[in-house]
Amino acid sequence: MSRALGWLMLAAALAIPQVSGSSAWLTFWITTLLFAYLGQAWNVLAGYGGQFSFGHAAFFGTGAYIAAILQVRYGVNPWIAGLGGVAGGGIVGAAIGWVSFRYGLRGSYFALVTLAFAEVFRVLANAVAITGGGQGLLIPLKPGVEHFQFVDRASFYYLLVALVVSGVLIARWLEASRFGAWLVAVRENEDAARALGIRVFRVKLAAIALSAAMAGTAGVVYAQLFLYLDAGVAYGGHVSVEALLGPIVGGLGTALGPVVGAILLHGLGEAAKGVVGATPGLNLVLYGVVLVIMLRFLPNGVVGWLKRWGQR
Amino acid sequence: MLVAEGLTKRFGGLLAVSDASVTVAKGAIVGLIGPNGAGKTTLFAMIAGFHRPDAGRVTFQGEDITGLAPEEICRRGLVRTFQLVQPFAGLTVRENIAIGAHLRHPGRTAALEAAERVAERVGLGAELTKPAADLTIAGRKRLELARALATEPTLILLDEVMAGLNPTEIAEIIPVVQGIRAGGVTVLLIEHVMQAVMSLAEDVFVLNQGRMIAHGAPADLVRDPQVIEAYLGHGAAERLAGAHG
Repeated sequence: MSRALGWLMLAAALAIPQVSGSSAWLTFWITTLLFAYLGQAWNVLAGYGGQFSFGHAAFFGTGAYIAAILQVRYGVNPWIAGLGGVAGGGIVGAAIGWVSFRYGLRGSYFALVTLAFAEVFRVLANAVAITGGGQGLLIPLKPGVEHFQFVDRASFYYLLVALVVSGVLIARWLEASRFGAWLVAVRENEDAARALGIRVFRVKLAAIALSAAMAGTAGVVYAQLFLYLDAGVAYGGHVSVEALLGPIVGGLGTALGPVVGAILLHGLGEAAKGVVGATPGLNLVLYGVVLVIMLRFLPNGVVGWLKRWGQR
Repeated sequence: MLVAEGLTKRFGGLLAVSDASVTVAKGAIVGLIGPNGAGKTTLFAMIAGFHRPDAGRVTFQGEDITGLAPEEICRRGLVRTFQLVQPFAGLTVRENIAIGAHLRHPGRTAALEAAERVAERVGLGAELTKPAADLTIAGRKRLELARALATEPTLILLDEVMAGLNPTEIAEIIPVVQGIRAGGVTVLLIEHVMQAVMSLAEDVFVLNQGRMIAHGAPADLVRDPQVIEAYLGHGAAERLAGAHG
């Protein structure tokens, strides 16, 4: 059932550039898929592991900044710099996870700590010289695959399709592996998990490192896509909110939920722009309304609801 | 195989367990009984690593395991169940048991197969695909048992697996516990249902107000005046003796 949905979505994704090659159309899909992948990163930790982070911007921004700084300041090849960004995101995630989980922070305490870390990073990125401070950091335009920049939007689009597919495969692996089973056990009941020999701390640490490395990957791609970063863009609260809204709307702890959620939210945001014009902040109002409606009527998200409906 | 000596646990001003010792021989079914609030569950929690004892020592298969984390103790082959059952409510029965089985079976398929075998042993074979949340109390108790068994322990601590069950359900679960021992797993059980302890255990410890007040064969204990008074109140032993005499 959800497998069929997955194949259907992949087929649709490959057809999208055939529908129209216009830059606006493709940019819409590129950003949607980027946030779908970021949502998947959050879903690994929160959907499967039950650890609700409100600060995935910390990992996203770190990935973006490391990739940009390495190539702009040190002349590193953007692909290598990108790998550095992925690793940097993962390391920051592991460090925040180590501090939080070692001291047994759960639930809203964990959420608050991650939120605080993301804010600290935002303030720091605004203050230090290496990030370009308030002026931000511009990645020079050097079109070419070897520079991780693509002349045509369609190439970038296919890259993002591949990225999102890899995210779904990671989620599917969680559903079919021992590590995933342990992670779900930790989400459901930590004491019972420990009684069954699960090293809860290690499992949570591995989950946040994986999730943060994925969020860092999204940050790297963001930097290469827009070629500009500042503290608000990289570490802003809206990044953390984007990361969690998609999976909640689409279906927590499901492989396709973050993708479905991101498409619904961004589609809705665009539709609203068409109706009332591009009032800044309107999409956030809309997101809030959608979230309230979802939690009231479809607490398991769209994919969760489809699954239940399919079982009947 | 298990020796717990002089275990003591304080919660603030309350002395929950005081200088309690338990020995369990390999291959036995040993009972731990006592009135409500005697400290039985606290004693279990100290043995299984959920509470660090304030004093005393726990030795399992010759190794000092005092103060180890529960997951490390479980990995050594000593597993506990919870009196207040703790199912992974969002998962099916099979998935619940497989999480226990994963400790010894890294592969998903192997773990699921092991889970099915364990489910058969405890009588959950027909409910594999049910969500754990939909099970009856008796079903949840069996699930608790199955998950623990799936970790392939050498010693299992059962905390009131019969509490809340009706007489028919109790009669059904007694052979399951006997089957566990027959399968080579030593059993230490806390139980309120006296009939069950008497028919299962060959060796029984009695805990009252945190202290171990008696130890022996069940048939002897039911005649022990101290034990009778712990359960039925002061003077009960004499009255009973009168009634029987």
